[in-house]
Amino acid sequence: MCGIVGLFLKDKSLEPQLGSMLSQMLISLSDRGPDSAGIAIYGTPSGNEAKITMQSAKPERDFRDLDAELAKAIGARVGIAVKSTHAVVRTAPAKIDEAREAIQALRPDIRVMGAGDVVEIYKEVGLPETVVDRFDVRSMTGTHGIGHTRMATESAVTTMGAHPFSTGADQCLVHNGSLSNHNNVRRELIREGMKFETENDTEVAAAYLSSQMAHGKNLGEALEGTLSDLDGFFTFVVGTKNGFGVVRDPIACKPAVMAETDQYVAFGSEYRALTKLPGIDNARVWEPEPATVYFWEH
Amino acid sequence: MPAINVSKALDQSQASRVFDLAEMPLRELNQALHDLTPGSNQTAWEVLNPKGSHSVAVGVDQPVTIDVRGSVGYYCGGMNDGSSITVHGSAGPGVGENMMSGTITVKGDASQYAGATGRGGLLVIEGNASSRCGISMKGIDIVVHGNIGHMSAFMAQSGNLVVLGDAGDALGDSIYEARLFVRGKVESLGADCIAKEMRPEHLELLQGLLDRAGVTGVKAAEFKRYGSARTLYNFNIDNADAY
Repeated sequence: MCGIVGLFLKDKSLEPQLGSMLSQMLISLSDRGPDSAGIAIYGTPSGNEAKITMQSAKPERDFRDLDAELAKAIGARVGIAVKSTHAVVRTAPAKIDEAREAIQALRPDIRVMGAGDVVEIYKEVGLPETVVDRFDVRSMTGTHGIGHTRMATESAVTTMGAHPFSTGADQCLVHNGSLSNHNNVRRELIREGMKFETENDTEVAAAYLSSQMAHGKNLGEALEGTLSDLDGFFTFVVGTKNGFGVVRDPIACKPAVMAETDQYVAFGSEYRALTKLPGIDNARVWEPEPATVYFWEH
Repeated sequence: MPAINVSKALDQSQASRVFDLAEMPLRELNQALHDLTPGSNQTAWEVLNPKGSHSVAVGVDQPVTIDVRGSVGYYCGGMNDGSSITVHGSAGPGVGENMMSGTITVKGDASQYAGATGRGGLLVIEGNASSRCGISMKGIDIVVHGNIGHMSAFMAQSGNLVVLGDAGDALGDSIYEARLFVRGKVESLGADCIAKEMRPEHLELLQGLLDRAGVTGVKAAEFKRYGSARTLYNFNIDNADAY
């Protein structure tokens, strides 16, 4: 089944509650997928720092002194915040690609979850409540975010097989469904120079969107492309630095409910994910149409 | 998990019973409904705070009325046999799936496959229904005040689907014998589904359905009838592409 959620805030006064609202939404869908869970939070831009979220199976070993070694390697100031198996490195935006390469050289076992000016991604094997508690997601603030609770079908139950998948700066995607032509699309994207870390079909969808946007398409146009280029069942919820998008395949078997008020746009696989949002009783609630792109930008 | 307030439910032996799903688990509600026996004087039930719960009032087989105050998740009223259920909100996927008899009314919208495989009874959706409404219906009557989505009445076998608004793509794909009445526009017809003549007996049947569904100010003559062209009943190699 899998359960997905998304929340895009329009009202700035809700930003301190983003993490708690999104956590609650995801926990309500736990029984749609017990294998792993993940959440991406788009924080408020600081202007002079970019972030890399990374994961290690041995955090005590891999994260110790990493900030100092990394600062030396890239010749710039580096901050690090460790949360359980994850850590967020902050440095100057111009140094972010260099930092990413240096991390892989210094600590080959570290896996990068995502990078960008604002996004932080936390994902692990386990139920949403466990994952949310482990990374203290409820206390996080931000402008928008997406989350996923996984029932594994296409690939292994591992941290890297969990969603969201991030394949470009500040881009990430969660998916309910399964793709049938992901191997072909993966081959084409590899030819273009995209790199893959898993055998997962959803990573292909994320990389497809990154590739489309790298070619100059906006989020809406990139999502439009999924309808002709990706085969299979999908409901995708996508985040970019300042945007939030939703698309369902033309058959639209996978469930989706959206709600919009003056304060937010919210997405859930089921209505029960939305029932605790403020003003939900008076929200416009609808099912996104098949083969129709919806997106919002700040 | 909130404390289970069973005594509150069990102490009420009068005709009306209220189940607050914020205070007690759904299983208690459904068990109490399944425990009903013929002639029970507990004829009116009210369900509070469903908050999108799945399987609310599934498998009821006694003629009681059930008012659900709020929106429900999957399969509300599934297999209903004789009860009158009103959802004062919207319904998730599969409302009234495999209903045998009785009535289900949804005041808001319904999600995918409303009334799927239903064998009897009446399902009324006062808002819009989503895709696959009445898929494989087998005798149920469905009346939708608003629009219905794509692939509705797919492989419908018998019963009546009445739509006051518009129908999406591939209406009645591979339909057998059900009657489809649509007042608005039909995006497209599925394989073997065709527009059919509205004869006096159809006008009479449709008027009866509109009356039972509480529809006023709408005339049966405003609808078009669709049904099976019956060309896919027996395998014919010339039709291979249509299967």
